Amino acid sequence: MVLEVLELGFMQRALIAGVAIAITTSVIGLFLVLRRNSLFGDALSHVAFGGIAVGLVANVYPLWTGIAFSVLGALGITKLRRSAKIPADATVAVLLASGLALGLLLFSLSGQLFNIYSYLFGSILVVSMEDTLAILAMAGAILAIVILLYRQLLYVTFDEEQAKVSGLPISKLNYLFVVLASVAVIVSMRLVGILLVSALIVIPNITALLLGKGFKKTALISVGISIFSVVTGIAVSYAANLPPAATIVIVSIVMLLATLAAKYSSKRQMEEKLEVARS
Amino acid sequence: MQVIEIDKLSYTYSGNLVLDNISFSISEGDLLGMIGPNGAGKTTLFSCMLGLLGGYSGTIKIFGQDIKKDAKALKSIGYIPQRKSIEQNFPATVEEIVSLGITSGKISKDKINTALDTVGLLEQKDRRVGEMSGGQQQRVLISKAIVNDPKLLILDEPATGIDLESQNKFYALLKKLNQEKKITIIWASHDLDAVNRIASSVACINRSMFFHGKTHEFFENPDLLRAYSESSMQAHMHMHDHDHGAM
Repeated sequence: MVLEVLELGFMQRALIAGVAIAITTSVIGLFLVLRRNSLFGDALSHVAFGGIAVGLVANVYPLWTGIAFSVLGALGITKLRRSAKIPADATVAVLLASGLALGLLLFSLSGQLFNIYSYLFGSILVVSMEDTLAILAMAGAILAIVILLYRQLLYVTFDEEQAKVSGLPISKLNYLFVVLASVAVIVSMRLVGILLVSALIVIPNITALLLGKGFKKTALISVGISIFSVVTGIAVSYAANLPPAATIVIVSIVMLLATLAAKYSSKRQMEEKLEVARS
Repeated sequence: MQVIEIDKLSYTYSGNLVLDNISFSISEGDLLGMIGPNGAGKTTLFSCMLGLLGGYSGTIKIFGQDIKKDAKALKSIGYIPQRKSIEQNFPATVEEIVSLGITSGKISKDKINTALDTVGLLEQKDRRVGEMSGGQQQRVLISKAIVNDPKLLILDEPATGIDLESQNKFYALLKKLNQEKKITIIWASHDLDAVNRIASSVACINRSMFFHGKTHEFFENPDLLRAYSESSMQAHMHMHDHDHGAM
């Protein structure tokens, strides 16, 4: 039965694209979470939604217009934060609302409202070969750049001021990072849609932070959790006829709760042992 | 040899003169304690020296190089900022953080181990840095700052907010780095007793240079000490008034 399902073309494409997205979002997400920018991904996905709507109206491949809007939005907001000193959460709110409003308006004007569900909640099981190849290419590029610049990105995440003193080009690195985050968000929209992107970016990383010792190890644990959530989510959703995006997110939340419970239980056991030792 | 030569340095921020015509130099092997009341401009002075702030007038030469014309000399500086607590969930290990100090060439495990051994944290290199005490975190940052064999170390109130025992360990470490590793050190502090004990020279600023000379010349001069206390008190009261004014 499992082998038969794996022979299905749409399932193969879904799993390949899903695993590529899982790796990309968890790696980028770890930096976002540690920079206290967890909701940045959410805002970018909403801006991308506006860009996708522009692509549909203009009859351009929507992924490209989505990327263009998301990257421009991210760069603009980064610039605005630095120059006008607008609070970070306020910039996220502005980005989020304007992207969603523009998207809804254009989807409505273009008569494409029937299409909106797949962008809001993802549609990994109907991902085309063209989409799969685009996702693989973008995920590969993001991973290659992160691996190449891993130490610099870690230094900036740890302490921007010290990184600057050591001679790192902070502004360039920050702009590059928001571009990478924008592309990662666009890539993941196919899997979970704009409304659940931040879950994929944040939840596997929070779980990994509870378990990992060391940045590299934490990143690897996060990648593992993310892949497991995506593959299990796709499989369960197919078997039980459930929406894949929601199932993937629920699987990752279950893993987070299980990890929290295990940590709590091990802490309790440790405290009990200490009490016994004291008495 | 002069490690740092500062000539007529002034810096204005939002119309306020933060640094006013400061000139001084530091010789190789010095352990300079930089003192001054809150808001005296110590951090601004360090930021100018580290190339973090431009837009100043005057010149700053490090190892003979004007840093505005050639920033290469900045790479031979190790820097430890004012203590910020590292997030408890920050996952990087001590070893990973120290390795960030190696900014060029191959990451050498030997270099990292030597730097960790110097600060007494070799046994703890696999610990998460976020789970360590404030004093230990500061030693990790020192280890990161010295891993690249800097000739000059700049520390901005590094011991603020850590317990007394850790502070004493920290001061002993500074002395060791200065005397055994021959690193020139500039260290901003509010702890006059510690400055008196370990610094070889003292610079006291309050927007302009108030005193620069040997440590004993400052601490054995009651007039200088009284003037310093009065200026600290005035700065404190000014900040207090400002806080109330803002309410």
